[in-house]
Amino acid sequence: MNNVAPKLSNEEYEANFAELHPPFTSPAATAEANRCLYCFDSPCMKACPTHIDVSTFIKKITTGNMKGSAKTILSSNWIALTCAKACPVNVLCEGACVYNAKGEEPIQIGRLQRYVVDWYVEKGMPPLFTPAPKNGKSVGIIGAGPSGLACAAELALMGYDVVIYEAREIPGGLDTHGIAPYKMKQQDSLNEVKMVQKLGVVIRTGIRIGSTMSIEELEKKHDAIFLGVGLQSATRLKIPGEELNGVTDALTFIEKVTTRKWNSVDVGKRVAVIGAGNTAIDAATEAKRLGAEKVIMIYRRSEKEMPAYKFEFELAKKDGVEFQFLTVPKNILGSKSPLGNGKVEAIECLKVELGEPDNEGRRKPKPIPGSEFQIPVDMVITSVGENIDETFLARIPNLKTQNGVVVVNSETLQATNPKYFAGGDCISGGKEVVNAAADGKRAAHGIDSFIFSSGKRAD
Amino acid sequence: MVDLSTNCGGIKSPNPFWLASAPPTNSGYQVCKAFEAGWGGAVWKTIGAPVMNVVNRYAAIDYNGQKIIGLNNIELISDRSIEINLKEIAETKKLWPDRAVVASLMVESDRQTWHDIVKRTIDSGADGIELNYGCPHGMSERGMGSAVGQVPEYCSMITEWVTEVSTIPVIVKLTPNVTDIRYPGRAAKKGGADAISLINTINTIMGVNLDTFEIEPSRGGKGGHGGYAGPAVKPIALHMVSEIARDPEINLPISAIGGVSNWRDALEFILLGSTSVQVCTAAMHYGFRIIEDIIDGLTNWMEEKGFTSLEQVRGKALPNISSFGEMDLLYKAVAHIDEKKCIQCNLCYIACEDTAHQCIDLLPKNGKKQPTVREADCVGCRLCYIVCPVENCITMIQKENSGTPKTWNELVQELPQPMTLEDLRKFQHEHGIEIH
Repeated sequence: MNNVAPKLSNEEYEANFAELHPPFTSPAATAEANRCLYCFDSPCMKACPTHIDVSTFIKKITTGNMKGSAKTILSSNWIALTCAKACPVNVLCEGACVYNAKGEEPIQIGRLQRYVVDWYVEKGMPPLFTPAPKNGKSVGIIGAGPSGLACAAELALMGYDVVIYEAREIPGGLDTHGIAPYKMKQQDSLNEVKMVQKLGVVIRTGIRIGSTMSIEELEKKHDAIFLGVGLQSATRLKIPGEELNGVTDALTFIEKVTTRKWNSVDVGKRVAVIGAGNTAIDAATEAKRLGAEKVIMIYRRSEKEMPAYKFEFELAKKDGVEFQFLTVPKNILGSKSPLGNGKVEAIECLKVELGEPDNEGRRKPKPIPGSEFQIPVDMVITSVGENIDETFLARIPNLKTQNGVVVVNSETLQATNPKYFAGGDCISGGKEVVNAAADGKRAAHGIDSFIFSSGKRAD
Repeated sequence: MVDLSTNCGGIKSPNPFWLASAPPTNSGYQVCKAFEAGWGGAVWKTIGAPVMNVVNRYAAIDYNGQKIIGLNNIELISDRSIEINLKEIAETKKLWPDRAVVASLMVESDRQTWHDIVKRTIDSGADGIELNYGCPHGMSERGMGSAVGQVPEYCSMITEWVTEVSTIPVIVKLTPNVTDIRYPGRAAKKGGADAISLINTINTIMGVNLDTFEIEPSRGGKGGHGGYAGPAVKPIALHMVSEIARDPEINLPISAIGGVSNWRDALEFILLGSTSVQVCTAAMHYGFRIIEDIIDGLTNWMEEKGFTSLEQVRGKALPNISSFGEMDLLYKAVAHIDEKKCIQCNLCYIACEDTAHQCIDLLPKNGKKQPTVREADCVGCRLCYIVCPVENCITMIQKENSGTPKTWNELVQELPQPMTLEDLRKFQHEHGIEIH
């Protein structure tokens, strides 16, 4: 890469990646919890995809019943710590808080949930639930991300033997590898993994189904299989220059940052981020916090259409990220090198105008001929979506995918091959952690009714 | 121009706000500092019998993150000598001639001992004497404080011993730890008191430690009851003050005490007939500086209402205190929920449904559930109004009365006695009141 931004001091890195929402002190948590109105049939609970009984867990904080509070949270959501820190709470629970209607600040539900789960982790995660007696059935789960972990935990409590197969060496999926460090630490995700393991779930890392272990062998071992495989490959821009040194995709870049070995992550002095989703924002702000002098986000539609949450957009602006709206990349320009890939020097873009709305109602960008212009950059981070691993999924008999996602029954999350269930990003195309957590739990119940109703039929 | 000057039983002060006899008035240094801040008077921390204190003297109730809703103490009367206290009273009075300096006294129940200390107090130049018949801890076990306040005969006897030699006004301070505050009040009057102050602290145990089972606060494993004060006791004090104010047999100026934290609290006591108002817990929480807003707030209120002196305000709420038998049984009001203000927390719904009269429905509206009062079934209990967190969202709407006002006392006269439920139901039915 040309012009690698100078490394920062450890103090600077720590300051740049300090938590956006630091933990509550105990009196502050109690005061905030006491502000909760304890609504009856509360809207926050309905707004949460996992339906955590928010007002109940908050009320328990006020009475000092922390164990009961933790149990209330975890009985609805096994990924409660990640959700507490990484959920877009202002469009979910906090967005539904009645205080908004009152014209006042909503209860800081995310921070209160974190306060409780942090307490639970600090206490060494004592058992909160009694698993049912073993039922003799076994479920294999592919992927130790949030949906797989949630599914595993729920099944373990119901008496199943559960094995999670994880291709990576470190479990946790995107919770471990894909969340900005100023939102949460990798260790938080690993604690959550530990919580699931304590229920008796076995996690086998470094096992890639389809290569390290065959699909047939997996099917033989288990009565049902849950696919929590997420999205595997970044969408390519399909423009010249994508192979240049200095071009990377957002998830690869973000994963390096989550390791917290910040001075080992090279970032260009001038960075272009292609795309304007929440992942793109993460990549842009992280690049800036690593020391990039100039970060420009390039998006083909306008601010109004950008898919990132408003608070993420605000965060990027606050970090000094610049925005180039109504622009599409045409060509990544770089130095020629006889020895291999050259290095990024600039990105050539076209201005666009918005045409008629497409079938999703979003106005289609139309490039303006002759509007080419160049932006000199040292690094290009692409973030225009990720895709399911069609090749792997095609090897599972009778497993149907459509529009880039695994087809499932919306109630049971059972796939077209009845032995398979799926949840998380591989059925949604990319949603929040909390949706994955909800899917995993729902699929566990789908699996349970599949195994025991089909078992009965077999008798 | 608003004039806040006050004359409470012959004790004059530039404003009605005195520091109560308590730790804030332990020394000349403190009282002078308070006068500097603007306090109109101070009742010196009780002087008298020799005492020795323990540590961990205070405990407080915090509520929903708010500190010191109630404060409990077992500090005894002054542990400094009578000589030093009287000397500092004299010095303070010289420095602050316009402020009220009242000496609080408590000695053993012996006429000569009382005569001696009263005479020495007069010599110090104090503006008045307050007799501490209230202290419920430490002193009461020794036959002083509330041990006197709880027995009207002792009350009048000791008051007589004091008033027979005193040349300055004598205030009797009453304990609330009695069943009917008027009896010790009447005894004070009988003993010749010039004014009554109340309430002293209320007997309380503040809490139990759930780990050690010790009483909070623990003094080396031992705890016990103490005297409770602060915002939580205000409603109790308001009631007791009004009882003294309304008793035709007493008819003495009142120096009110009990949970006064700000000018609004103070004004409530004045509206119930108090001449001066004493403050302690709020000062202990925030310091003497709170007097600024107490004076400022009251002055602004009086200006806004067009009052120029406290005489125009004092006791103005007393005529509105009534007994149940004199309230209009046919006065009708029902709850009304302003849907524009409602935030759908549904607290009114669950309160009414579970613990009142099941007359709020959750009706679907714009994809949400809107709590709605079924007026025909609303008994007007006001619980929903109490629990609603939104200002002016639930109001009690006065409905046209079904007939001329009728009190219970009148009804008792009109219906055959002893009253039967059938007769009462007939009366209710005639006025459109159905009991579900």
